Amino acid sequence: MSDITPTQELDARGLNCPLPVHRTKQAIKGLESGDVLKVIASDPGSVADMAAFSRRTHHEILDQSEGDGEFVFFFKVK
Amino acid sequence: MSDDGTKKVALIASQGTLDWAYPPFILASTAAALDMEVAVFFTFYGLPLLCKDLKAKVSPHANPAMPMKMPFGPKGFQDFQWPIPNAVSGVVPGFDTFATSMMKKQFKNKGVATIEELREACVELEVKLIACQMTMDVFGFKREDFIDGIDLGGAATFLEFAADSDVSLFI
Repeated sequence: MSDITPTQELDARGLNCPLPVHRTKQAIKGLESGDVLKVIASDPGSVADMAAFSRRTHHEILDQSEGDGEFVFFFKVK
Repeated sequence: MSDDGTKKVALIASQGTLDWAYPPFILASTAAALDMEVAVFFTFYGLPLLCKDLKAKVSPHANPAMPMKMPFGPKGFQDFQWPIPNAVSGVVPGFDTFATSMMKKQFKNKGVATIEELREACVELEVKLIACQMTMDVFGFKREDFIDGIDLGGAATFLEFAADSDVSLFI
């Protein structure tokens, strides 16, 4: 478990490619620089895709974990 | 690349069946979500994908490698691949409609977005959607047949954008 306190949480479970990335983008749009977004996904493809999203958009992944078929990401908004 | 370093993606959508509608809309919307500048040129059979009333279907007869599986029932039933002979898929009335509803159900079960949702995401993320003017004339489409927020243009319009793009795909 991460001890980071997110500004907002996004439940992207049950969504398939490319929706977890889309929803993450939408959620980040409504946040301010320095805010932290927690995303929970169930799509195993989101591990590679969220990393790619982070590299391209420069919203840094502070922490990530997986377990019980769920993948959790903490994004720091650029 | 744009002057400010933004990556540019130029796509051509030339096919209008449901399965072929996914790649351009997935790639365009996701590229835009990744802060890229995107244009999609809808030409020939891809043009109807801009219609307000989307009627895209799958065509199993024309795609013999399409997995024919049922999106409901016990796991063994769902995993079974139905060997539908071409003589059936080609002549049974409504077969495409049936296969399309099965495909849509399967997409829904797997949490895949609908084409309408992906197209909406493209509009929201300011993807430039260009309807081919020549195709409109040839097949008799009018501007009011299409959704709002699109441009009309031709080969030169697309090529001007594509000339300095970083990714360019014909789909």
